[in-house]
Amino acid sequence: MSSSVEQLVNREYKYGFVTDIEQETAPPGLSEETIRFISAKKQEPEWLLEWRLKAYRRWLEMEEPHWPNVKYTSPDYQAITYYAAPKTAKPLGSLDEVDPKLLETYEKLGIPLSEQKMLAGVAVDAIFDSVSVGTTFKETLAKAGVIFCSFGEAVREHPELVRQYLGTVVPANDNYFAALNSAVFSDGSFVFVPKGVKCPMELSTYFRINAANTGQFERTLIVAEEGASVSYLEGCTAPKRDENQLHAAVVELVALDDASIKYSTVQNWYAGDDEGRGGIYNFVTKRGKAMRRAKISWTQVETGSAITWKYPSVILQGDDSVGEFYSVAVANGRQQADTGTKMIHIGRNTRSTIVSKGISAGEGQNSYRGQVKILPKAHGARNYTQCDSMLIGNRCGAHTFPYIDVQNSSSDVEHEASTSKIGEDQIFYCKQRGLNTEHAISVIVNGFCKEVFRELPMEFAVEAQKLLGVSLEGSVG
Amino acid sequence: MDATVTPTLSEAKGRGRSAASDLPFSALLATAARQPAPSWLTALRQAGAERFAATGIPGSKDEEWRFTPVTPMGRVDWALPQAGATVTAAEIAPHLFDPAWPTIVLVDGRYDATLSRVGTLPAGVRVMGLAEAIAAEVPEVAAHLGRTADPMQTPFTALSAATFTDGLFVHVPSAASLDVPVQLVHVTTDRAADALLAPRLLVVVGDNARAALVESYVSLGQARHATNTVAEVVVGRNSWVEHIRVQRENEAAWHIGFTQVDQQRDSHYRSFALAMGGHLARHNLHARLGDENIETLLYGLYLTRGEQLADTHSAIFHDHPNCNSWEVYKGVLADQSRAVFNGKVFVQPIAQKTDAKQTNRNLLLSDRAKVDTKPQLEIFADDVKCTHGATVGKLDEMQRYYLKTRGIGGKQAEQLLIWAFAAEVLAEITQDAVRDRLEQVVHARLDELTR
Repeated sequence: MSSSVEQLVNREYKYGFVTDIEQETAPPGLSEETIRFISAKKQEPEWLLEWRLKAYRRWLEMEEPHWPNVKYTSPDYQAITYYAAPKTAKPLGSLDEVDPKLLETYEKLGIPLSEQKMLAGVAVDAIFDSVSVGTTFKETLAKAGVIFCSFGEAVREHPELVRQYLGTVVPANDNYFAALNSAVFSDGSFVFVPKGVKCPMELSTYFRINAANTGQFERTLIVAEEGASVSYLEGCTAPKRDENQLHAAVVELVALDDASIKYSTVQNWYAGDDEGRGGIYNFVTKRGKAMRRAKISWTQVETGSAITWKYPSVILQGDDSVGEFYSVAVANGRQQADTGTKMIHIGRNTRSTIVSKGISAGEGQNSYRGQVKILPKAHGARNYTQCDSMLIGNRCGAHTFPYIDVQNSSSDVEHEASTSKIGEDQIFYCKQRGLNTEHAISVIVNGFCKEVFRELPMEFAVEAQKLLGVSLEGSVG
Repeated sequence: MDATVTPTLSEAKGRGRSAASDLPFSALLATAARQPAPSWLTALRQAGAERFAATGIPGSKDEEWRFTPVTPMGRVDWALPQAGATVTAAEIAPHLFDPAWPTIVLVDGRYDATLSRVGTLPAGVRVMGLAEAIAAEVPEVAAHLGRTADPMQTPFTALSAATFTDGLFVHVPSAASLDVPVQLVHVTTDRAADALLAPRLLVVVGDNARAALVESYVSLGQARHATNTVAEVVVGRNSWVEHIRVQRENEAAWHIGFTQVDQQRDSHYRSFALAMGGHLARHNLHARLGDENIETLLYGLYLTRGEQLADTHSAIFHDHPNCNSWEVYKGVLADQSRAVFNGKVFVQPIAQKTDAKQTNRNLLLSDRAKVDTKPQLEIFADDVKCTHGATVGKLDEMQRYYLKTRGIGGKQAEQLLIWAFAAEVLAEITQDAVRDRLEQVVHARLDELTR
């Protein structure tokens, strides 16, 4: 069984290529000057520059955290280029104005923009390195009153909204990487759904990391006003390269009373070569705040990156608010993932559900780290957590670190975890029914993950299943 | 593979370290170092003292102590216990499970010859005070003391190595069988106010042998004291050991306990721990499954009230294939008491066919009670069955309603449901006399809680 699987696993990273486009870059290194350069380049208002500088000064006082269950060489923060923009940075009216080379890149990724428009109801805001270059479906969204644009554009067009919500969920000094992001974030997405509006389509952004030595520091802010609802999809692939790339994004979600935000991620950044060289460091801070009766749902499929370290969280601030976290994390080859969630129950009758599926293969190390905190005033709070691990081969590891902290007696918290393997007998059974080994593994693993996949929007679910198949190719030995 | 395991157990990070000069225990350590001892023991004491001086009392930033604030313990000027307390047989009687069993009584950390009574033992079996065993140069003592439980492991095991005075030594040689349990009763009197007591247990069971042990910690007075105890249990091949631990110290006491179990091939070890005393009580229970086909069963119950804190940290090391471990800990919390639970299970790559199950369930009787539970699995082998579950909740309204429809309401229904919750783990004690007595003790406490 191992040889066929090995062939599958040893396949080259399909999305490994570098697009050769001239870049306008800041010199490597981080100082107040770099921040002023970024801010000036982006023609930002004074208050935002001040906000960045304040974050930078706090970052200088902070220490890089090393508590996660991952091992890596710390990035040299002075060797990173903090700003790189494609030359086509002037505002674009239509897709025709987009550099054809960029369009070609998207085609290689299988997401040609020209076809995206025809895809049912998906608006795409493609991010190429640091500056947003193409935005579609703006008219439909504008009609509904939904603002969906690059972060930079939002700062220019809707500074009052950005100023009102930026940093309210993830403060600039929240943690080391959030502070770094706050200081140097280049671009990202901004979504604002006004009161009572149901966003007419799924919103999607494709992130790419391209220029060599460019850390990518996106900033995403999604605000759903009272009674509004929105579903946001984020998907990523990255070209192959040798040096580690730091990726420290911040995502903030604000769901006001009765609002609902669904945030889905498929992450497939370069995981490094067979010896674990190269690969992305994915250190992300994602957090949402749910007010009364609001709902925030995180769904993630994490198959890429050398090191993944993220805990999409929900602060259940308002009474009767709901938080959800559905995750599939794969660690194959030399990948290391320390991921999970935090559910902070503050309001009464708040509910949260956590379903985490960790798959370890090759020499991968997968850790689930989660916190469920029920504060004294969160009467009637309810949490259900299920975290299952699957190990493929005996050189990998699965770890769980759930923290359960309950401070009142009217709440119920349940936590279950299990570990299992793909059995020879299961594969044998599938083969008997005419499936080959690869297909058998794919079927078994997809069955293991189906509770998470069914939370994904349709297009993503298909992509996620394929990704999972590719990520685990050749891992059974 | 050790490298993967040690960081999580390491006490190195974020310790609340005091400078060596103002180390609160320096006077005590100096006194302890002057105890006469054979050279191997002097070396052990010295290593422990040096280690403790380097770590100090752990702070809240230390992951192992994050929810258990022991820092205030470092502010007390603890002394070694004074000798000379007199305890009568009548005072001790309620704490004995059966006066006919081999009994060792420690009063304020010291072996009490008048209250202890070993009786006739099967050939080769030894039950005696630890200081006496050291003085008699029993070879098993030098071979195992401080070697089963690594003194360097935690600040408190280091402190124990440096300061212990006496304790219990049990040796059951191969093929021997102790038909009745050995009971150790550690009593503290008011003479031990602000004293640090460091009793130590060493239980060595050979191959194909059988033994049972009940270790109890009780206070006769209400004075504040600190107990820092270490138990080392060696279970030989194909042997069967049951170990029951009862902690009922007064509610001003600080209690830190560390149990290290080393199991050899085909052995069976089962433990039950009842924790209901102490102002702050911590018990570390570590089991090393050192070969194949081992069974380890760990059960526990903690009952807290007032401002008590009960903390259990267990760690099961599956280092070899085909071993089973089963752990169930339950807690009932009243008033503004707190409970901390951390259950670690490590499954090494070689430990295929491991079957490990861990459960922690907590029942909160008050809105001010608080639980921090952290089950933790670290698995490096693929062909294993490992699960853990943790729950925190209140009494089930449906169950209450069901009883009400049967004419059982109010307090009575509450008591019945809490009792049912707690009784599940008590039922796992196989020594009938111990189980019956502990059921009475738990019943009495639950009645107090729901009164």
